[in-house]
Amino acid sequence: MSRPTVHLQGLVKRYGAIEAVRGIDVDIAAGETVALLGPNGAGKSTTIDIALGLLAPDAGTAALFGGPPTGAVADGRVGAMLQTGGLIPDLTVRELVATMASLYPRALDVDEVLGIAGIADIGRQRTQKLSGGQTQRVRFAVALVGDPDLLVLDEPTVAMDVEGRRSFWSTMRGIAGRGKTILFATHYLEEADDYADRVVLMAHGRIVADGPPGEIKALVGTRTIRATLPHADLDALAALPGVTAADRRGEAVVLACSDSDATIRALLAAAPEARDIEISGAGLEDAFVALTA
Amino acid sequence: MIAALFTHRQYLRSELLRTLRNRRLFIFSLIFPLVLFYVIAGPNRHDHSLAHTGIPATLYFMVSISSFGTMTAMLSAGARIAAERSTGWNRQLRISPLTARDYFRAKIVTAYLVAIASILLLYGAGISLGVSLSIGRSAGMFVHVLIGLVPLAALGVLLGHLMPYDSTGPVIGGTTALLALLSGTWFPIPDHGFVHDLALQLPPYYLVQAGRIGTGAQAWGAHGWVILGAWTAVLTLLARRAYLRDTGRPR
Repeated sequence: MSRPTVHLQGLVKRYGAIEAVRGIDVDIAAGETVALLGPNGAGKSTTIDIALGLLAPDAGTAALFGGPPTGAVADGRVGAMLQTGGLIPDLTVRELVATMASLYPRALDVDEVLGIAGIADIGRQRTQKLSGGQTQRVRFAVALVGDPDLLVLDEPTVAMDVEGRRSFWSTMRGIAGRGKTILFATHYLEEADDYADRVVLMAHGRIVADGPPGEIKALVGTRTIRATLPHADLDALAALPGVTAADRRGEAVVLACSDSDATIRALLAAAPEARDIEISGAGLEDAFVALTA
Repeated sequence: MIAALFTHRQYLRSELLRTLRNRRLFIFSLIFPLVLFYVIAGPNRHDHSLAHTGIPATLYFMVSISSFGTMTAMLSAGARIAAERSTGWNRQLRISPLTARDYFRAKIVTAYLVAIASILLLYGAGISLGVSLSIGRSAGMFVHVLIGLVPLAALGVLLGHLMPYDSTGPVIGGTTALLALLSGTWFPIPDHGFVHDLALQLPPYYLVQAGRIGTGAQAWGAHGWVILGAWTAVLTLLARRAYLRDTGRPR
């Protein structure tokens, strides 16, 4: 791979006794759209803060475009929407976005960005009078207006409703189509599945899987089988063909399967008393549970 | 123009715009001191040597109360920093090409412009009550006050990184009130005793002393310069440390 846009190597960050990040290695190539997926507390935001140069790691290095993150930031090559953040008051939406645009060497046209972010109609409103979803969109416009090569979004859709989320991601698709490199953190599994070329799954400060969304599913099982089976022997079930993980939920068992056809045949042979059998397609949610358990 | 010194002029312009639209700041830095001046100096306008200082009451209060307005203006920069820290906006700026230097410059220049507006309003009010000064003496006072405000600019930045946003009102109000009392804003500091000795070690005292220039005397001597310089150095150092700690950078 030629020089990666994002290069994170051996990142470690501790907060007192808690290790938020425990050895993160990721390279992201130019033009990739990568999802950083994991539950709250997985270390996603800490990783992003280090990548952006907002936080110094206790060990390891972060580089953007082959140099220190602060250099890429100073050159205006990075745009980011951080997880937490309000806006400054006493400016209109347009004034705020225009002010941020003025800081960048190759900013986009402000009105065009307001249009892309879907906030052209609220350009004259004061920033302190916006809804949560509108605020997110203004923050998105701020991240976008410098025409950055790398766009980093930490839980961008968190304050949006379902409709807002859908239109946000369709906007993002258009931006990814312009050849931007995009790194976004999310705990919405569908978002990672639907919009990323590649998913980096994090848990407990580590990367537990890294690959195309399809590959991650294949890795941990594409389907789950659920059956009522009292007094089942979990170890025996886990050893059945095609099973990647077995778990008990009261009287029921849940099997994560890489090959559910093989598993169901073997299960019925081994435990004919199994009833209420359900086979369901697994999303990343199950992949997640299997990998981080 | 001051703006020409800036790489990011529009950022400064927006800061000024936000300040002008902030009604509370406007009232406390500009209107409140003006009202206080008329209330306090008005009844004493014929006193030509306030408490035997040799300074006419109107001149004394014109300068002392403008020191109150300018202190409020400088410390308000801290409130603005604290507000931006509380919403995380400072982090947003740190991932933009705006440098920390330009950020602080914009904050301090804005505070100074409010302070200057406050001084000019008070000078105008002073004239309306019969203060009569040559251009030279007025300019001398003005410049001394601007220099005397330097340590307070550093204090504003320091407080901005130490205070939680929800306590900026009481902290700035309390600090200004205490400093005003110790600097002789409401009444001249006695010329000896504990309060006098303490006041002489604090920068705001010298803001009020700038009024002496109006009578043809010197504002302050070597001791004043040393105090102002020392406080500027210490507060700048502390403000810098607070900033570095706040941004998680190695010292």
